[in-house]
Amino acid sequence: MTIDWAWIGDHLGDIWQATREHFLYTVIAVSFGLLISFALALVALRWPRTYGPITWVTGVLYTIPSIALFTFLVPVFGLTSILTAQVALVSYTLLILIRNIVAGIRGVPDHVVEASRGMGMTERRIFLDVQLPLAMPAIIAGIRVAAVTTVGLVTLTVIIGAGGYGLFILRGIGRRFLTEALVGTVAAVLMAVVIDRALVALERAATPWARRRRPA
Amino acid sequence: MIEFFREVADWFADPTHWTGNRGLPNLMAAHIGLTVVSLAAAAILALPLAVYLGHKRRGGALAVSMVNIGRALPSFGVMGVVFPITLAFSVTATPLGYWATFVAMVLLAMPPMFVNAYTGIRDVDASLVEAARGMGLTERQVLTAVELPLALPLVMAGIRTAAVAVVATVTLSAWLGYGSLGTYVFIGFAQRDQVTVFVGGLTVAVLAVITELGLGGLERLVDPLRVIRRRHRRLPE
Repeated sequence: MTIDWAWIGDHLGDIWQATREHFLYTVIAVSFGLLISFALALVALRWPRTYGPITWVTGVLYTIPSIALFTFLVPVFGLTSILTAQVALVSYTLLILIRNIVAGIRGVPDHVVEASRGMGMTERRIFLDVQLPLAMPAIIAGIRVAAVTTVGLVTLTVIIGAGGYGLFILRGIGRRFLTEALVGTVAAVLMAVVIDRALVALERAATPWARRRRPA
Repeated sequence: MIEFFREVADWFADPTHWTGNRGLPNLMAAHIGLTVVSLAAAAILALPLAVYLGHKRRGGALAVSMVNIGRALPSFGVMGVVFPITLAFSVTATPLGYWATFVAMVLLAMPPMFVNAYTGIRDVDASLVEAARGMGLTERQVLTAVELPLALPLVMAGIRTAAVAVVATVTLSAWLGYGSLGTYVFIGFAQRDQVTVFVGGLTVAVLAVITELGLGGLERLVDPLRVIRRRHRRLPE
């Protein structure tokens, strides 16, 4: 049971191709998830009564096992369709993202909003220039969880015929070949870590006021 | 669409799907069996350590890294890596794919169990713990009479999260050749048979929902403070 380094060297092209697919699937799913979540979060903030039903429905979607959800979408979109995978992946990000966006916006202290209103800002400006920036750490925290989870779930899309790192894992299992399965797994973990770190950097860039000022 | 659901209903009505190796009762039993064994092993590994560290109020970094690893490590990948390794140990009398799935499920279940138990115990109101010590309770009594009862809902929530995740993911064992409800999904895809694929997904989903609701009910039932909590909730704001 040793690692076949020569195999890795021979398949760098395949690994790069899988990396691009895996990353693309993740980015598409999280982007659409963010778009839908943002719209639903706005609804929940505008009409607080809808928050319960929205989290209930997205909670049910979140509880359905991913493989089961893939199979439910098969009669709708077909056995091997990119849509089958994407709809399932997007539906997993919703609960995490909506909760974080709503909690982030609601967590902005009342006195800050009051002060902005007192300065004569319109509600729209208050939302865009005060509440949204202050909620950014909570929102990005949600995106981090959603993105890392999605990277892991994309490895499963191979069972419905999609690509990505799952292909190495599935073929490694089929050929009982440790190196190939290991490449897929390690690469997926690395991608999760890299995306997570990148989002932390983005959060720092988006919240310059949170950086500790150095003493003069 | 209606035609499709009729075919699914016909599948369940077919008596040949209820007997034999690939019959629903057999695969369901294998699925639940592997789930229970994995959860028990994960609980034995994770909970005592979590309770100890929570009681000592140490090891926060470990909890954080457990969460991160749990999230980033794909179960399918763990199975793929462990599978060839288990094949090298030809002593295994158990069916193909059993141990690889077991290892992946233990790794999947440990983080939520550990983190919930750990934070639950650690975040028990420090003044209550102080008061218990001041009343002369031993460390052991502080743990069993104060911290554990107060932390029980969170401990149970961790077990529930782990159980739902494992029930859902044991499905993948079919790709290693170990029969579970995932076998229907696996065979269905191989034969391009949407009905069988759907049956697999449906049974797994139903099992996951039963697990979620069942453990939620158990959680309320075993909560020694449920009467107090309920009364507390009823107090006017």
